[in-house]
Amino acid sequence: MTSTLSGRGANTRPARPARRRGAAVGLLFIAPAFIGLLALYLIPLVRTVVLSLMETGPFGGGKFTGLSNYEALLGDEAFWHALRNSAIYTAIVLIGIPLAILVSALINNARRGRAIYRVLYFLPVVTLPVAVGMVWRYIYNGDFGLLNQFLGLFGIDGPSWVADPQVAIFAVAIVGIWMTLGTNIIILGAGMQGIPEELMEASSLDGAGPVRQFFGITLPLLSPSIFFVSVLSVISSLQMFDLIYVMIGRGSPALDGSKTIVFLFYQKAFIENDQGFGAAIAIVLLMIIMAATAIQFRLQRRWVFYG
Amino acid sequence: MKKWLGTTVAMLAAGALLAGCSSSSPGSSNGDEAVTLTYGVWSQEDAMQKIVDAFEADNPKIKVKLQVNPWNEFWTKLQVSAQGGTAPDAFWMLGDRFQVYASNDQLLPLDDAIKDAGIDTSVYPKALVDLFNYDGKQYGLPKDFDTIGLWYNKTLFDAAGVAYPTDQWGWKDVQDAAAKLTDPAAGTFGIAAPLNRQEGIYNTIAQAGGEVISADGKKSGYDNPKTQEGLQYWVDFVKNGQSPTLKQLADTEAVAQFENGKVAMYYGGSFYASRFYEDTKLRGEIDVTVLPKGEKRATVINGIQNVGYGKTKHPEELKKFLLFLGGEKAAKIQADTGAAIPAYENTQQAWIDSMPEFALKNFIDQVPDSVVYPVSKNTPAWNELEDKLLAPAWELSESVPNAANALAEAMNKVLAKE
Repeated sequence: MTSTLSGRGANTRPARPARRRGAAVGLLFIAPAFIGLLALYLIPLVRTVVLSLMETGPFGGGKFTGLSNYEALLGDEAFWHALRNSAIYTAIVLIGIPLAILVSALINNARRGRAIYRVLYFLPVVTLPVAVGMVWRYIYNGDFGLLNQFLGLFGIDGPSWVADPQVAIFAVAIVGIWMTLGTNIIILGAGMQGIPEELMEASSLDGAGPVRQFFGITLPLLSPSIFFVSVLSVISSLQMFDLIYVMIGRGSPALDGSKTIVFLFYQKAFIENDQGFGAAIAIVLLMIIMAATAIQFRLQRRWVFYG
Repeated sequence: MKKWLGTTVAMLAAGALLAGCSSSSPGSSNGDEAVTLTYGVWSQEDAMQKIVDAFEADNPKIKVKLQVNPWNEFWTKLQVSAQGGTAPDAFWMLGDRFQVYASNDQLLPLDDAIKDAGIDTSVYPKALVDLFNYDGKQYGLPKDFDTIGLWYNKTLFDAAGVAYPTDQWGWKDVQDAAAKLTDPAAGTFGIAAPLNRQEGIYNTIAQAGGEVISADGKKSGYDNPKTQEGLQYWVDFVKNGQSPTLKQLADTEAVAQFENGKVAMYYGGSFYASRFYEDTKLRGEIDVTVLPKGEKRATVINGIQNVGYGKTKHPEELKKFLLFLGGEKAAKIQADTGAAIPAYENTQQAWIDSMPEFALKNFIDQVPDSVVYPVSKNTPAWNELEDKLLAPAWELSESVPNAANALAEAMNKVLAKE
């Protein structure tokens, strides 16, 4: 590595035209990806930033008002409320990660039927979230739902799961866990299969039982996968919208207690026609997600083990 | 080969330019080329196509292309395409969305066209015409309308030995009947009292002599004690256990509870008639009458109107089409399909006759008592507040006056920003 670097430094001059041509070809090669990125992410991002500094009408136009949308946002009780709901939702969905580790360890140790279990757990991932939401809405129905009929067998009078402000966000988060479990199991399962067999063998020769092996070998060696899964889960949970929209919806008494930050964005930008304010929400959410991810990357140094 | 291609492209481009020129000059119907208009709707495709066919037969030089977008996409698409200058020339519009478009100069004023054609707008219910008037200009002609009626389940009434509702009923009669019809053991309720605008509170607020919003659209009416009476009427049913709770109604919407025979009375729109009628078992069990009287008679009237896009390339042809859509011929075609009540005077009989088991005439008879659906420039903003701030009253965790006063305060803040 070092020798190539010093070699390059020595013959800089003659190599230049060739390198420039090489750079042009390189640019050409990344152009398709870059143009896509530019058109679909970077330009909209810049536009959103600009929009967030404007007071807009429902059909475009508007005037620059500086940071007034952000000021209004930070002073808006509804924003803090939605932020709290999103945080609660994210925290609950993170509980799904230990669950996914447990399930994938069980699948990994299964003698037969691994593929069947993987498919079963993965099915919710490839199912349309709207369809999932509709089905769970029926299951959660307070009067006629399957869940309450089941609880009724034990004499428990269950609540209106998705209409009761006290429980709705938990009920939705459980569906969220169920929906992401499949992806997490696949990623963690792959991580587990990458753990060298001889480590396991050596440890069992030394007299370690399965539990000791799990905590002493599997978990530390799996930590990069766990880290990856948790970063993805936090991002997708903070972006949660569709389940709330389908399972709770506008006009439900439970909406206020479960309205996530993206739902608030939808409401402000598309129902109340305040696109500038909506853009400000989107930018703040972007910053929150970046901060949450940065914090996770910082913390990983303490617990992720890259063997 | 290359040269040939280049020439063709150039010729095509020139052709397109020429076509663009000829069609962009307004009112160029004297040319030989046919003009194509687009018409954006969200349902009733068959009926609308029949109307379009009839229009094209009368006007061979104007073609109309129907664009159907389902309800969930219709409004977002319309708003985005209006922003980009590519909205359909004619499209359906609703009262609660109308002022956003009218106040931002997105719609074509029709006053001149209406005057030139000598159209008398008194053939439509007045409240509907007023709904689409903004700043003294008329932007739409009513296509259809809906009013609210008292639907009731005859089987449940018979079982409880209560006489069916009549057009003489007042609030007190409903309250008495609701008490008798509620049977906790059987899990049936006298009435459904959802927190519903068009089918619920807006009717009773008007019946109590209150108002949702001041006539100039600048001030909330929710701090008016009369308005609060209209809310209390519903909350009392919940409080007395005569209606499913708000949570139960969020789980299973009121209309479904009525269809399932769980509630005996339901304040519901004329737009549910065909849905109820399709259920052959339900058809024989239910009927409908006028809304019970409060301090006075009132029902909310709402409906679809045909409006034109302000930036259309063919304003003259578009006006012609819009007047046709608002005319008697179109109304008759529509009535025959039974999809909705046509707004044009004396064309409604076909709709009434299409479902003889129901006393649908009651919906039409209420038109003289109908009140305008309350709107302002940005109606959806305070609609959100109604849902949020009135819910505690329905959940019985807050008194009606407290909840309504809080709503009035929040709503006035939003209105001040319009």
